[in-house]
Order: sequence, then structure tokens, then C-alpha cells
Amino acid sequence: MDKPTVDQVWEWLDAVPDPEIPVISLVDLGIIRGVEWQGETLVVSVTPTYSGCPATSIINLDIETALRGHGIEKLELKRQISPPWTTDWLTEKGRAKLEDYGIAPPQPAGGPSRCPQCKSTNLERISQFGSTPCKATWRCRDCLEPFDYFKCI
Amino acid sequence: MTRDEALFEFLLRMGDNTLILGHRVSEWCGHSPVLEEDIALANTALDMIGQTQLWLGLAGEVEGKGRTADNLAFLRDAWDFRNVLMVELPNGDFGQTLMRQFLYDAWSFVMTDWLKGSADARIAAIAEKAHKEVTYHLERSGDTVIGLGDGTEESHSRMQAALDYLYPYCGEMFEKDKADELLAEAGIAPDPTELRAEYDDIVGRVLAEATLAIPGGGYVHKGGRNGRMHTEHLGHLLTSMQWLQRAYPGAAW
Repeated sequence: MDKPTVDQVWEWLDAVPDPEIPVISLVDLGIIRGVEWQGETLVVSVTPTYSGCPATSIINLDIETALRGHGIEKLELKRQISPPWTTDWLTEKGRAKLEDYGIAPPQPAGGPSRCPQCKSTNLERISQFGSTPCKATWRCRDCLEPFDYFKCI
Repeated sequence: MTRDEALFEFLLRMGDNTLILGHRVSEWCGHSPVLEEDIALANTALDMIGQTQLWLGLAGEVEGKGRTADNLAFLRDAWDFRNVLMVELPNGDFGQTLMRQFLYDAWSFVMTDWLKGSADARIAAIAEKAHKEVTYHLERSGDTVIGLGDGTEESHSRMQAALDYLYPYCGEMFEKDKADELLAEAGIAPDPTELRAEYDDIVGRVLAEATLAIPGGGYVHKGGRNGRMHTEHLGHLLTSMQWLQRAYPGAAW
């Protein structure tokens, strides 16, 4: 088969869901840092969100499974830690999907801008940490729903 | 001592601090006063174990004998560990755990901030990643120390007791030996003594707001970072942490 283009590979990766937050893709999350052909080998560079994120090995497995499914035979996954991942790399599409799903997207101000359920801005922080390393726990004082906030780093 | 030997020593010190403290903090999992604190402590521990993989992974690479981060974590005995004594101490109560976290986070913050500009690009990359996480930890541990220190009579007295107990362990983080001198000359790692002023500034500011008094006296408990003498607590911690690899060598997921 012909080598698929790099753009094609990006498109395939954009269909691989994040294992912890399956509404967004690995590309939306901003952790795919590079896709390139080195001779006959496809090299994909991946950066961890948090250094101890337990999803990292599953993510690598999911990437490999997806690309092998598209016929890629020679594949190398590279871990790239510099520059470190930042929430600035979340795509606009990803941010919108997070909010629809009930997770407030990261804001430079350091806290959520509005409740993902009722859109109220009357909010309080419950904990600086949450159900995964990348999230914190907040609550809406109007609709009283607790919700996850994607930490800004 | 060659520069690579000094570098190996330094990387063990970095990785063993995060490994042993990460393990200690993980002991809270399922035991914290409230659910939110349980989650926070588990996440903090997880970040530190993640940093351990990077530091000890590089240590194994520099050593060049084929040892992985896992080998270094699970197959060394107590005398080969290079963490400072403070991180191996038992947790004590919740306040003491958070006081130790704060005293450690402040050092880790200053250290990783310096290391972002290390002449060794591999170290700079790890430090850049770790510094973001440490900044978040320091914000939380500092806030908690303030909340409990300037809290009720009971929480204040417990935090003062924790500080009195832990403060004499802080000095070890700023000890200097031949390995440090070699790396400082090469611009790879800082002269630890030069980090003290910024550390004192951060710690002084938070403790003042927490209405806690820094104990007097200059005595320093040390012997961990140079491996001369650990406390008896490290051995007990290792029997639990290393049990699986010792009982079932080579066991993997």
C-alpha cells in the first residue's frame, strides 16, 4: 500500500478518544506533538499531560491499535516531555466538547468561567484536585451541581 | 569522582525524594479526614511517582548498567537510597503530613525552577515538567498550612508541634558535598546552599501568615542524601513498597 500522508494520520488520530474523557480525542487534548515519516517508519511523538498520569500507557496502546488497524506496519511511539504539555494546546473543538460533557474547560484565570450545566457564574471550589490528575472539583451555587473543572497548567 | 558518577548520585537524590515521599503520601489513600483531601493526597502522590519515573529513568541511563527506574526503586536496599531523612519519616497526623509536604514543596519549587536552566538538556526537560506540578502542590500545601495554622486552637497547636518536629530536618536539603560541587561547576545543578535564601523567603512568608513560629536552634538531622545513615523508618517503608518484587522477582502486569 502507499504510505498515507501525515494529514491522513492526524485525521485517524483525531478519531482516537482519550481513555479517561472519551468525548475528546487525543488530538483535541493536545498530547500528539508530532507525526512524521522517517523512511518507512511512522514516528508519532506523544507528551504526557501529568508525569504520573496512569492513562499514558493505555493511550500509547490505543494509538498503536488504531494505526495498525489502518495498515501501518512500522510504527514508533516517542515520549516527548519538553516543552511540557499545557492546557493551551486543547483545541477549540475539544473545549466545546468538554463543556457539553459537563467538564468546565480550563481558563487562564485559574477557575471555571461558568457552570457547565446551568451557565451560572456563582461558583465555589470544593477541591484543587479531582477524579483524574488533570481535573479539580467545583460546585455551582445556583443549580447546586458539583462538576469537574479541567485544571489550567 | 567522575562527572557521570556525580550526576548519577544527584539523579538518585532527586528520584529517591519523590519516590519515598510519594509512597508515604500514598499511605493516606482511603484514610484521609474527608474525601476531597483523600483525592488531593492521592493525586499529589501520583505526580511525585511520575516524577520519580523520569528522574530514576535518567539515573539508570546515566549509570549505563541497564538498570531501569523500576529496578532502582524496587531492588536497592536502604543504604543505597539517597533521599533526605524528612521524606521517610512516618506521616503523623494530617497536619504533620501537610506541614512536611509544604516544607518539601517549597524546596522542590526552588530546585526545579533552577534546574529548568540546567546545562544538561535532559535534566532541564524533566524540571520544566515537574515544576508545573510542584507549583500546584506548593499552592495547595501552603494554603492548607495557613488554614490549619491560623485555624482553631487545636489545629494551631498541632501545626506548631509539626513544625517544631520537622524543621530540624529541613537543613539537609541544603547540604553540599563533592558531587554537588562538580555539578555546580558544570552548570548542571545548583550549589544547594544557594537555594536557601529563596526557600527561607517562601517558608517565612507562609508560616507568618499561618501564625506559626519557626523554632530556634541550628541543629540539622542529616545522613539520608549522602547515604551515611537513614532512620529506621526507611527499612520498614521498603519492606512494604518492595514486597512484591522481592517475593515474586520480575513479576509484571
